[in-house]
Amino acid sequence: MTTATKTIEELAEQKYKYGFYTDIEADKAPPGLNEEIIAFISHKKGEPDWLLEWRLKAYRHWLTMEEPKWPKVQYEPVDYQKISYYSAPKKKGDGPQSLDEVDPKLLETYAKLGIPLNEQKILAGVVAVDAVFDSVSVATTFKDKLKEMGVIFCSFSEAVKEHPELVRQYLGSVVPPTDNYFAALNSAVFTDGSFVFVPKGVRCPMELSTYFRINEMNTGQFERTLIVAEEGAYVSYLEGCTAPMRDENQLHAAVVELVALERGTIKYSTVQNWYPGDEEGRGGIFNFVTKRGICKGDDSKISWTQVETGSAITWKYPSVILRGDRSVGEFYSVAVTNNRQQADTGTKMIHIGKDTRSNIVSKGISAGRSNNSYRGLVQVNKGATNARNYTQCDSMLIGNRCGAHTFPYIDVRNDTGRVEHEATTTKIGEDQIFYLQTRGLSEEDAVSMIVNGFCREVLAELPMEFAVEAQKLLGISLEGSVG
Amino acid sequence: MLEIRNLRATIEGNEILHGLNLTVKAGEVHAIMGPNGSGKSTLARVIAGSEDYEVTGGEVLFDGENILELEADERARRGIFMAFQYPVEIPGVGNTYFLRQALNAVRKERGLDELSGKEFLELAREKARLVELPEELMKRSVNVGFSGGEKKRNEIFQMAVLEPRFSILDETDSGLDIDALRVVASGVNKLRGADRAIVVVTHYQRLLQHIVPDVVHVLVDGRIVKTGDKDLAEHLEEVGYAWVDGELKAAQAAQA
Ligand SMILES: Nc1ncnc2c1ncn2[C@@H]1O[C@H](COP(=O)(O)OP(=O)(O)OP(=O)(O)O)[C@@H](O)[C@H]1O
Ligand SMILES: [Mg+2]
Repeated sequence: MTTATKTIEELAEQKYKYGFYTDIEADKAPPGLNEEIIAFISHKKGEPDWLLEWRLKAYRHWLTMEEPKWPKVQYEPVDYQKISYYSAPKKKGDGPQSLDEVDPKLLETYAKLGIPLNEQKILAGVVAVDAVFDSVSVATTFKDKLKEMGVIFCSFSEAVKEHPELVRQYLGSVVPPTDNYFAALNSAVFTDGSFVFVPKGVRCPMELSTYFRINEMNTGQFERTLIVAEEGAYVSYLEGCTAPMRDENQLHAAVVELVALERGTIKYSTVQNWYPGDEEGRGGIFNFVTKRGICKGDDSKISWTQVETGSAITWKYPSVILRGDRSVGEFYSVAVTNNRQQADTGTKMIHIGKDTRSNIVSKGISAGRSNNSYRGLVQVNKGATNARNYTQCDSMLIGNRCGAHTFPYIDVRNDTGRVEHEATTTKIGEDQIFYLQTRGLSEEDAVSMIVNGFCREVLAELPMEFAVEAQKLLGISLEGSVG
Repeated sequence: MLEIRNLRATIEGNEILHGLNLTVKAGEVHAIMGPNGSGKSTLARVIAGSEDYEVTGGEVLFDGENILELEADERARRGIFMAFQYPVEIPGVGNTYFLRQALNAVRKERGLDELSGKEFLELAREKARLVELPEELMKRSVNVGFSGGEKKRNEIFQMAVLEPRFSILDETDSGLDIDALRVVASGVNKLRGADRAIVVVTHYQRLLQHIVPDVVHVLVDGRIVKTGDKDLAEHLEEVGYAWVDGELKAAQAAQA
């Protein structure tokens, strides 16, 4: 690594030129962010020139931007020059050397979730994926099947190499590189992510990523995902993992773009459980994500479902631009915060096409000294005749040191639009917990059951296998929050 | 089976139970009657393990062991059950799902295998018939949107499924129509057994015509002030609590 640092520094002094770094063997870029580093990343990944240009444009724009501040989220400022923006896929020896070196609390959680030892080692960063997990064969089998149907599902890097024309057509078409501070940063330095393309009329026969989710973990802190469903295509995509994941990288700024053409449907489900830090929030991850989909064609549909339990700070607003007539946007969310966690999450539904509909169900659960905010925008544009939105926002408080906040922004510019908003705040009832306890359930199981009941409408949207895990997860996330 | 000695309990600094004594043997059914606010629900909740109350004195022995240090769920798993005067609603939690989890927790404690969804459903159907609980209610969220009477029926249904050894039913009869009263009472009667004990808290003699008690107690102002057989209940219904009160005052005066 020191050699690499040196090389980069030396190179930085020289006149900057493309194609200069091809034979650098470094595994990791030195900390810092500048055009050379970006070129280094791009070359490491063997990218075409247009993509490097695209990254540089994003970077130059980022330099002109200011980091956003929100009233309900507080954190120490991030020093962007201290981050290393590229590291080759992890090898053994980078992280802790054995499970003994890992936070025992984390291991306890793994055990409760019933995660096999081998997977625990991967999740805790003790070993690299390829060291123990021979999922390659499984993955290829499914990939072959998908290929037959014309479905492309691969890493973003692979897509850049194999399908550059598709990537070029859609990359940044939903979240422009200049969109916001973190999206600009991501556009400049993203290293990998996933790419999905489902061609016209094809219904993707499986939930994507179920079989791959362990493998996807090392895609780094600036992940880039692009999913395209062509005319009449359908795809359901799962992101994340219920097991808490550790990462040395504190800042995560992913970008996810979804494009649904006429009658296309994309269902995107997330279970996010990044390390929230210890009880005081130390060492937790900042999760600043930009997720947006466009219902480009008529009768298309995009549905976001998320279960957010991890991270020290979560900042994300999966959104849908409803451009096609009769297109539908949905957002189902559960956000749990405990201890010192902070979550500011919600959605934006932008109605542009006629007869467009959006449905928002948000369930926020706060415990400990955490803060949980719903922030949502429903915008009905002038031409969006007969647009409909229904928003339901429920908060549950556990204990009396936590906070729940709701910020619904409504902007209707067409008289025929109908926007409905309902919000409730409840405290988890001591009497409910007692009732369940008198039937033999432990206090923790009782809390978990009540919370799961509270979130039922959202959990019902998750694919079956994920739903079961998510239920367990909610209980575990709230352990020790009562009594 | 259950022995309560000199039990004192307070809530938010107010003492509600002022040294209460009660002994219930296996196989027996007891009734507790008493005016509003006398502490009947308090007693039931303290036995069940509510943390709203602070026990400031006395003991509650279950099979000879003091259970006051145990959490409510531990007591439940050992076989103590309370049917609530006001059953709680739990939105989004399926009645059947909840009860299966509960039964399996109890079974685990007893060293029995957990029941599969299918096995549980069979058992639940059988028990639902016992209290004529419509199957539709089993599918709904716990008590949500149940009528008052349906909630009470659901309590006894849960009791039938969990098969507790000691049960205290807090005004299970109030809110039931005449037919429902008969059904629930006959359900309770079917749950009587040589190794079980049941305490029914009620205001009405009517219930005791269906569930005939071995012993009747009168609870006034946080104490059991009178104990007798089923005739005591009938007598009470005729003369009211003023009579007990008067007797009590006379006794106290005599003592002084
Ligand atoms: N939080 C509280 N603070 C003070 N007093 C309380 C509190 N909760 C209950 N009490 C009192 O405790 C007393 C006993 O109440 P309890 O519910 O046990 O009566 P009960 O015998 O069950 O009456 P009922 O026949 O009406 O059901 C009542 O006077 C009631 O007001
Ligand atoms: Mg009462």
